[in-house]
This record gives sequence, C-alpha cells and structure tokens, in this order.
Amino acid sequence: MLEDYIRKRTEEKGILMMAHVVVGHPSLEESFELVRVIVSAGVDLMELQIPFSEPIADGPVILQANQSALAAGVKVDDCFEFAHRVNQTFDIPFLFMSYYNIVFKRGEDRFFDEAKEAGIQGTIVPDIPPEEGEAYVAAAYTHGIDPIFILSPTTTADRLAYLAGFGRGFFYCVARKGITGAKTTFSSELDQFLGRCRGVTPLPLALGFGVSQKADVDFLKGKVEIAVVGSQAIRVLNASGVEAVGGFFRTLC
Amino acid sequence: MERPGYYGRFGGMFIPEILVATLQELQAAFEAVKRDPSFWKMYQSLMATYSCRPTPLTYSENLTRHFNAPHFYIKREDLNHTGAHKLNNVMGQGLVVQRMGKRRVIAETGAGQHGVATATMAAKFGFECMIYMGEVDVARQRPNVFWMEQLGATVVPVKDGSRTLKDAINEALRDWATNMDTTHYVLGTVCGPHPFPEMVAYFQSIIGKEAKAQILSEVGRLPSRVYACVGGGSNALGIFQGFLYDSEVELVGVEAAGEGLKSGKHASRLASEDASVGVAQGYKTYFLQDDDGQMRETHSVAAGLDYIGVSPILAAYHEEGRVRFEAATNDEVLEATRLTMKKEGIIPALESAHALACTFREASQMSSDDVILVNLSGRGDKDIFTIADALGDESWKRFIGKKAEAYSA
Repeated sequence: MLEDYIRKRTEEKGILMMAHVVVGHPSLEESFELVRVIVSAGVDLMELQIPFSEPIADGPVILQANQSALAAGVKVDDCFEFAHRVNQTFDIPFLFMSYYNIVFKRGEDRFFDEAKEAGIQGTIVPDIPPEEGEAYVAAAYTHGIDPIFILSPTTTADRLAYLAGFGRGFFYCVARKGITGAKTTFSSELDQFLGRCRGVTPLPLALGFGVSQKADVDFLKGKVEIAVVGSQAIRVLNASGVEAVGGFFRTLC
Repeated sequence: MERPGYYGRFGGMFIPEILVATLQELQAAFEAVKRDPSFWKMYQSLMATYSCRPTPLTYSENLTRHFNAPHFYIKREDLNHTGAHKLNNVMGQGLVVQRMGKRRVIAETGAGQHGVATATMAAKFGFECMIYMGEVDVARQRPNVFWMEQLGATVVPVKDGSRTLKDAINEALRDWATNMDTTHYVLGTVCGPHPFPEMVAYFQSIIGKEAKAQILSEVGRLPSRVYACVGGGSNALGIFQGFLYDSEVELVGVEAAGEGLKSGKHASRLASEDASVGVAQGYKTYFLQDDDGQMRETHSVAAGLDYIGVSPILAAYHEEGRVRFEAATNDEVLEATRLTMKKEGIIPALESAHALACTFREASQMSSDDVILVNLSGRGDKDIFTIADALGDESWKRFIGKKAEAYSA
C-alpha cells in the first residue's frame, strides 16, 4: 500500500519528503498543530514517534524531545488516539516510529491491531532486527502494516540480502554511522551504499540521518524516493515555534 | 536448541542495524579467545602480576563469633587492583581490544569503579579513553571522577534522562554507533546485547574458580550458601559460576531495597514484584518500568546497584530457581558496613555491604556448622562522603567545611 503510494507520488514529484514528529513534544495540542503545518507545507509521509525513555538510536535533539513529551505525561494510549485523529484529518500516510519495548509491552498483536484501527500504515522500530522480531514481523504482516527495516552502510552484502527479504513498503537507509541529528557529508560513498541497497531490493528507498537543507534534498533527487527530515525540524520548532516549521518544510518540498 | 545469546527467554541482541556488524566482529574475537588455550593462562598471569590475583579468602572469626553461627568466609575482591572486581572484566576486554587492533575504549560507569578500572586498563595498554557517567553519579562519586581524569580519561557527565547509570549506557552506545571503527565499548556488567553478558561472565568467572579452590583447600567442603550483591550482576555471576553445578550450594543474590521494597524507592528487579520483562539497552530481561514500557527511576544508597535492569543470565537462574534473590535496605546496609568495619577491620563498598547485610539477617537461621561465602566485591573508601553523611560524623563535617573555606579563600 505504501509502496504504490510512493511510486505514484514519486512519478509526479521526483522526490518525496518524510517528516518526523515526536508525539507530545512540547504538548499533544502543539504536536497536532505541527502536523497540520507540515502537511500543508507539502510533506508526503510522516513518522509519529511514540516517545520512549531510552531512545538509543537518537541524538540529543530527538532524545530531548522524547523526554519533554514523557515529562509532559504523554502515554502510549495518547499516541494511538493522536494517530487516529491525524489520520482522520489529514490525507497523507502516517507511520509509527518507536523502540521495541513499547511494542513488546503492549503485545505485538494488540499494538498492530490498534495501530491499524488508528490508520497507521507502517512502523519503524530501530532496535528490532528480524532475528529477534519474528512476532513483530508476523503481527505487522497479519494486520497489513508495513514493517520498515533499516539498512546501514556497515551492513554486509549477505545481511543486506537477508534484510531485504523482510521489508515491505520501503527501506530506510541511514546515510552514515552514528545517531540522528549529526551532520552528514553527502558524497559518492553514499552513491555506492545506495547502489548496494538497490542491488538487493526493488522496494523504494528512503534516506535519513543528517538531511537538513534544500541542497541535501537536491543531492538525493534521483538517488532515493524519499528524503527524511527529523532533527532539523525539531531544532526549528524549539527555536522558532510551530509556524516556522511549516516555512522550513516549504523551502525543502 | 537455545539461540545464541539467550538464557531461557532472556538476553538477545536488540540493537540498531548500524551496530550489528560491530557486535558480530566482537563475537568472533571473543570466540577466538575462548578457543585459544593460551589465552586464559595469559589473562591469569596478567592479573597475578598487575592486580592481586588470586585475591585472598578471609575467615571472619569475629563476625562468626558475633552471630554465634555460621562460619563467615569473605572473598576479598576489595583487594583487587583499583579496589573492586571490576578490573577482572576490564583487563580481559583490554586483551580482546588489543587483538582487534582498536585504539580507543569507552565505558559507562555508575559508582565510578568500572570507570576507574577502564581508565586504568587504558593507561596500561595505551588506549585513548572516554568515560560516560550520569551527572547525578558524577556529583556523588567525585573522588572516582578525580582518579579517572588523573589516569588520562575524559569523563563526560550525562545530563539526559535520570542522569544515572542507564543514561550513561545509552550515551556510550550512541558513541559506539558513531565510532565503532576505532573504538571498543567496554561494557562493565553482564548485561547489554550479546555477546556482552557471556563475555563479562567469562572474565568474572575467575572469582568463582579461585573461591571454590580456596574454600575446598581451607575448609575441606563446599559452603552451604554463597552471597553476592546484584546491580547488573557481574560480581554475583563471577562467584556463582564456581558453584553452579554443586546443587547443595544455595546461591543468593542481594539487590538494593533502597528505602524499602514497599516505598517504591528501590532498585530491586528480581526480589520485588515491581519489575516486568522488557527490552532496553540491547537485551531482554526484568526491568523496573511502567505499564507503557517507560523505565522508572531507581534508588539506592549504592550507585553501583542503582540500575533498571539485571543480567539476563541471572534472570534465567531466577526463573529456574537456581539463584534466590533478596534485597537489603539502605539502613541495613549502613549497619552492616559499620559492623564489618568494627569487627573485621574491612571497609566494604556500600554495594558489597548489601551482600553482608543479607547474611547478617539470615545468620540466625543457620547452624554453627554452616559455612557461608560472601563476595566482598569492592572496598568502601570511595564511599567516604556517603558513609560519613549517613553516620552524621561531626568531625568529618568540620574538616570538609575547613577545606571548603580554604578553597574559596
């Protein structure tokens, strides 16, 4: 489902934009307004991060947004309600991004059942490799939600092929080593990595980690179907408020 | 068959894709070490010449007399170089790092013992060293921070989350995900993603191997019970491994009951009803967490026990009934510390005093025939500020006051 949407839309636009919102940072109401301005700026897909107390793949900006949401009292239930609300209001695909403990504690079946109810189309869970995720993958498939797996520049050829067997919708490629929010030098090394990814999967590719300006998006045009912008939008939000994030995405889309 | 890295239903490798290749590389290096018959000898010889291994086994006559039973034997990890069992693991990993050809090591630390041990190893092996430490722990363990810096390490105070051990681990994982080409993460306890629990347990098994031989040669029989404190669980697994297959030996792990198990302010995962199974920091075990899966704040007078999770290996032994888990409160621990100092002339670390407190509580159930073995995992001089505060020592306060005046003059 996500795959078709991405293919069609890419034909029209060249490259799509996926945004990342930490649900409840700084508050549920402001998050809703944030989704509104980002959607109207022309973003094509959106990750809704269910905040977690131990986000090991996230850098300081998203880490602090997670903490701010938790400190404001955001519960996992609130995130499902939030997902439902934005899906009723806006016409782009939404994905849940979180860490495996959030899925595990709710129970895979219940998590995906409720996610489906809320209109969620994909999940990005960086700390669940398929070896550990049998129940996770099975529940996602059963409920018709795409589990998005991550491909990294350190992933071996054998393992890329192995991971490719589990993906649905698209793959999330990380541009470099490290965590979210740090600077990335976009170079020919990246081309080589993306070539290795294309070699193992016909699915669309998204690229994230360090995409923060128009030049980055232009560089990625023709190389991947989706550019993912996370930390930079939260920096703008923290510095200049909700409306400014809309302006920021308009310069990128 | 059990999957590699699993202990019952616990353990595993729940990590971001970027780290998979690095952990596989580490796994291969560790397997090679285990297969190499000369490695353990080299490790033992390093520990004999650089540290104080084998550490002594002390018969604590005065405590035995005081409680009128049982016979107390104390394994003296406090006499290991840097003052705790932590160095066993660190030197072992240091040898693995040398083989892998990496030049930089990073580590998390709670009480600071593991940080000091890692900084020591890095100085000896010539590695660059960075230690992540929760800001709260930096504040309460200043002397260890001082020593880490003197040993040439950079200490990074972690200001996120609860600013304690778990946050230091997250930050070390983030560093590793960025710098894995040059860097090894020296995880300090039997937790985290595979192969860390197995590898750390392997190096700490030196405690149990020595203790078993020592008690058999000194007493001529096995102890009826072995006690050890449990934070992550590395000293406990270290000594327990000597006796795992001797079913007549009861193994007792003692967690931090903080202000009491009913107070909610504790760090007891297996001895309390408050923890549940979850996945964080790369592995599956019992965590102190809420219904959503968010980790809770933990409390203990001993920074080294103040942790949300527990070794997956110990969680499995708990479920199998091989290890019994108890908890000791802050008050019991201070009392046990005082008694051990007065009766035996040994200053236990507050962490280790949890094990002692439990043996004192249970001494009356035992007969004068019983032999018990306690792992004294570390020495307590590092806790001078905490212990002096808890004891309300007036002359110490005056001394610190004068020092402060002199510094601000």
